[in-house]
Amino acid sequence: MSRLNEANTLLAKEIIGRYPKARSATIPLLHLSQQQNGHITNDAIAHIAELVGATSAEVLGTCTFYEMFKMEPVGKYLVNICGTMSCQLLGADELMHHAEHSLGVKAGGTTADGMFTLEHAECQAACTEAPNMQVNYRHCHRMTTEKFDQLIDDLRAGRLDGDIPQHGTLARVRQVIPAEKAAGVALPDVPVEPAWMADGGKS
Amino acid sequence: MSSYPWAAGYIDDGDRPKIVTSRFQHDDGFTLDRYHATGGYQGLRAALGRTPAEVHEEVKKATVLGRGGAGFPAGTKWGLMPAGKFPRYLVVNGDESEPGTYKDRLLMERDPHQLIEGCLIAAYAAGLSQVFLYIRGEMPLAHERVATALNEAYAAGYIGKHILGSKFSVDIVLHWGAGAYVVGEETALIESLEGKRGEPRLKPPFFPAAIGLYGQPTIVNNVETLSNLPWIAVNGAAAFTAIGTETSPGTRMVAVSGHVNRPGVYEIINGTTTFRDLLYGEEFCQGIRNGNELKAFVPGGGSAPWFTPEQLDLPFEGRQVGAAGSMLGSGAIMVMDHTTDIPKAALTLTHFYAAESCGQCTPCREGGTWLERVLQRVVDGRGSRADLDQLLEIGESICPGSFPHASSTTLGLAATPFPYKMTTICFVGPSAYAPVHSALTLFREEFEAKIVERKHIPVTVGAPEHE
Repeated sequence: MSRLNEANTLLAKEIIGRYPKARSATIPLLHLSQQQNGHITNDAIAHIAELVGATSAEVLGTCTFYEMFKMEPVGKYLVNICGTMSCQLLGADELMHHAEHSLGVKAGGTTADGMFTLEHAECQAACTEAPNMQVNYRHCHRMTTEKFDQLIDDLRAGRLDGDIPQHGTLARVRQVIPAEKAAGVALPDVPVEPAWMADGGKS
Repeated sequence: MSSYPWAAGYIDDGDRPKIVTSRFQHDDGFTLDRYHATGGYQGLRAALGRTPAEVHEEVKKATVLGRGGAGFPAGTKWGLMPAGKFPRYLVVNGDESEPGTYKDRLLMERDPHQLIEGCLIAAYAAGLSQVFLYIRGEMPLAHERVATALNEAYAAGYIGKHILGSKFSVDIVLHWGAGAYVVGEETALIESLEGKRGEPRLKPPFFPAAIGLYGQPTIVNNVETLSNLPWIAVNGAAAFTAIGTETSPGTRMVAVSGHVNRPGVYEIINGTTTFRDLLYGEEFCQGIRNGNELKAFVPGGGSAPWFTPEQLDLPFEGRQVGAAGSMLGSGAIMVMDHTTDIPKAALTLTHFYAAESCGQCTPCREGGTWLERVLQRVVDGRGSRADLDQLLEIGESICPGSFPHASSTTLGLAATPFPYKMTTICFVGPSAYAPVHSALTLFREEFEAKIVERKHIPVTVGAPEHE
């Protein structure tokens, strides 16, 4: 089952409805699909293409451009160790060596139990808290090898289930635009001057 | 809302005027209750009491320089849209990913309502019919906080149809990125928002203000830029320009990271605070770690040419830093002490830009990759002297002519000012070269120290002669 399920298809249609052009929803729908299946499948690509009115090739082209979309299954937890400058200056290499040793996989690999995929990552916008890593994109600041081992233990034991959802679930809060409150989409081919701008904006 | 393990809190306890980080002292600064209790949405109310043109004029007078990197004044940018062409859109650039930069994520996580209010004021003033708030994918906490804030703001009547009972109606749509540095470039951001690969568009002639999202006039503003607007709407442009200098009014968020004692994100007075204040000041970073010597620093994000201790007394001000051979970029300083392996530090940054090239322009796609490969060879001790010249030659094909760099009295070098020429559509290619050029210009002996001289061993062809 890798097309969007019924509930997610409804959600997808709601998301598409927020944009003046359906194709704009491509990335949000790819995230939705990854949340459902853990990775992106060809069936999901085809389904999203149908929904946004693009070709499968166009959706695939978008999908493969972005780092976060995985075309192959990954572990329950994606462990991304930042290697950009500030983190590198403060011990990112040592942290990565430790992680490879402790998880028993090289960067890019997944542990045999399917729990962890280890990746080398680029700047995570937390440079003052270096060295950094993310687990399913949740930031872990000022890491040490001890903190790393503790984190992996906690994840294995399920002690962080409430904090860190499994790979694919990006945000656990979604925007909801209530129909009765919505101002509505601004279609590019409907050249209407906004009401508050008319008559020089005298309201 | 739970807190993640070791997601450290942030406190800038300096006694300075705070415009955008005033609520960071509160753990619940992201809630609507706290926002209301600290003057929230008063800027929107003040704006709605005036005409859009009046609000636009006020923002123009405040001269809020864009905080994303280019430093273009926001009010002027809004004025570049062709008159009478509708609809117009606002795209909020929350795709922060320049190496060293850490401010927009904080603003989204810690004060999302301030950003939302800023978007509303911009939409009202510039006649923007729909707002898209593009947040970098790898920031789920920011997504959750902004989504919650948007939901609260819709329920309270701040967003949507007839905002606060006025004629002003606009939706703000939260959009998710998915991991691509180049999307921080405004035209790539628009492509990405249209559901495509994030490849920057060719410009000039057409900038997004003329032809942007879906071919319509579009304003792309950075998160920090917009977060300044509620304060300006309440306190006025004169109060804003009273802080900072004439060319750089207001405050600025600056992240200082690397080998300092107290790395942090500080809201500084724009234009007057010097790099020495930031690196050594008591209220800022309190010096280099372990009492070490400062070797070099990157003054404005990974794309910026490097400075050495000789530039410490320059103020954090765009024109002076530009004349000195670098740029302020996105407000990110990365500090290297005397223990730093300079060629390796340059390699780290070049690797970043080579990996993040979108692949559209050959000089960046190929040049970035070759810069990385040749530099890697040198760092690994397998390089030759010719490799060092080749690095400059590759750079020349991305940025023809003289590339900006800092002055150095010890080397007898005068500064080459910003900007540079480039053979690529956007700044990713030149950014791959910037660290290589700076490091090679200022610290060439460190590269040469890694070159292992090879002995010439004569080879005899054919069988050895026997007596």
